[in-house]
Amino acid sequence: MFDLQDLYQEIIIDHSKRPRNFGPLEGANRHAEGDNPLCGDQIKVHLIVDGDTVRDVRFEGRGCAISTASASVMTDTIKGKPVAEVKALFEQFHRLVMGEEEPGSDVLEVDRLGAFAGVRDYPMRVKCATLCWHTMNAALEGQDDPISTE
Amino acid sequence: MNVATEHRPAPRLDLERIQADFPILSEQIYGKRLVFLDSAASAQKPRQVIDAERMVYEREYANIHRGVYYLSQRATDAFEAARETTRAFLNARDVREIVFLRGATEGVNLVAYSWGLDNLKAGDAIVLSTIEHHSNIVPWQLLRDRLGFEIRVAPVDEEGQIDMAAYRGLLDERVKLVAMTHCANSIGTVTPIREIARLAKEQGAVVLVDGAQAAPHLPIDVQEIGCDFYVFSGHKTYGPSGAGALYGRGELLDAMPPWQGGGEMITRVTFEKSRFHEVPHKFEAGTPNIAGTIALGVALDYITGLGHEAILAHEHDLLDYAMARLGEINSLRVIGTAREKAAIVSFTLGDIHPHDVGTILDREGIAVRVGHHCAQPTMDRFDLPATVRASFGIYNTREDVDALHDGLRKTLEIFA
Ligand SMILES: Cc1ncc(COP(=O)(O)O)c(C=O)c1O
Repeated sequence: MFDLQDLYQEIIIDHSKRPRNFGPLEGANRHAEGDNPLCGDQIKVHLIVDGDTVRDVRFEGRGCAISTASASVMTDTIKGKPVAEVKALFEQFHRLVMGEEEPGSDVLEVDRLGAFAGVRDYPMRVKCATLCWHTMNAALEGQDDPISTE
Repeated sequence: MNVATEHRPAPRLDLERIQADFPILSEQIYGKRLVFLDSAASAQKPRQVIDAERMVYEREYANIHRGVYYLSQRATDAFEAARETTRAFLNARDVREIVFLRGATEGVNLVAYSWGLDNLKAGDAIVLSTIEHHSNIVPWQLLRDRLGFEIRVAPVDEEGQIDMAAYRGLLDERVKLVAMTHCANSIGTVTPIREIARLAKEQGAVVLVDGAQAAPHLPIDVQEIGCDFYVFSGHKTYGPSGAGALYGRGELLDAMPPWQGGGEMITRVTFEKSRFHEVPHKFEAGTPNIAGTIALGVALDYITGLGHEAILAHEHDLLDYAMARLGEINSLRVIGTAREKAAIVSFTLGDIHPHDVGTILDREGIAVRVGHHCAQPTMDRFDLPATVRASFGIYNTREDVDALHDGLRKTLEIFA
């Protein structure tokens, strides 16, 4: 049996109700939009990339608890990190929610990304957790087309 | 929905028997009883329908309208019998007016590309409503982009009812078509379709009715409605997916060109020219869903056998009970409170996203639809990205409503 509490952990509920880094970002030099047509969710990610570093990041949009919390935790996590490390985290996060990697790795625990491990038992919700990451990645790569999870 | 108010007790559905007819209802979901509240997306199937489809394959399957042998004749007879059943279900005048297709979407597209391509042009207008399913919007937009006519939209009020004064205001001599839903899948509104059709006819417009949601709930009489086209899908009327029908008024169908070309729809083919079959076969190119269509006839018989009066009474009771039980939850807001309404309840729960509500209910064995329900303009009208939708059918009970209520309480706890 899956326990709903595994999916809706306290930290996820908390970040979904009080998203960090929410709103427009003055001076942002990278932007991307993402859509989840399944639920109509939309997200915008704004970045200030300074050389090789993500100096600041904020997001806007409405979505479910999983997608809002994921964006909130993601922005907290990647702020101030080198672009290469952010990309590696994206890969790792993706493997985590796809069930390809066990939670417990140091980086994920420290940055609370591990809280999203429960998503693996809810295949229809994986897209909710990864939309912000895909969108952020698109912003990093300077893609202009809206990202879709479909 | 006006339930007949005669002086005898309203006929009742034998719920135990109906539930026993639907094998899937005894499935366990995560170890819990299945509470299926998504019949508006697609209804479950009774054993009679499942058996009918299997029977065709086991006993009488062959291609139709072409073999000279016994089995082909039997399959053809069964297929044509389903056409008569469908005619009676819609109270069409003539069995020739029933075209078998995959469903409502294909019906709208047939009308758009056969009738529309010939009869609509720049300078014309058509009228839709805000609460249409995408399948009664997008085909018209595709055609509009090619032909350049105007699409007008009849708005709905706060309750989700068509604003009839505004609708009247949209009708003028440029309007050649009114295409409107009989029942809105997203919020349950039953439209005053007779009046809508009457006003359209006064302007000389052709009327198409999307009956995909009405067919499982309401008695349908295309002559009384006064429409020219009526489409519905078998999978929502407890029948198979991929089988449905278009009713078209005889004179119109006769005058319309074929839509798809192929076998079955011709009488003579040479490379210079082909001669087309009579209606309805003119519109049935290729091998159809033979077994599914035969089983669709059985599904319609199943509904008719239960009786529309009893179905209406039952679903009305469920709707009233659901509105009362859900009304106990303070943060719950029902979207769509039309006076005439099918047993479909769309709602939001505080600021909890419908997607999260759906996931939590799912773990309780409760299947609801969350999202925009293929009706994004309706969501926009109420300024929402999505809702939770519980839709009820003949097999649902008050216990199902209670389970939904409890599941929503649990959802609130998790998000407390
Ligand atoms: C009102 C309405 N119209 C049309 C359709 C399309 O039906 P189908 O997908 O069976 O073609 C639906 C199905 O959801 C519907 O609810």
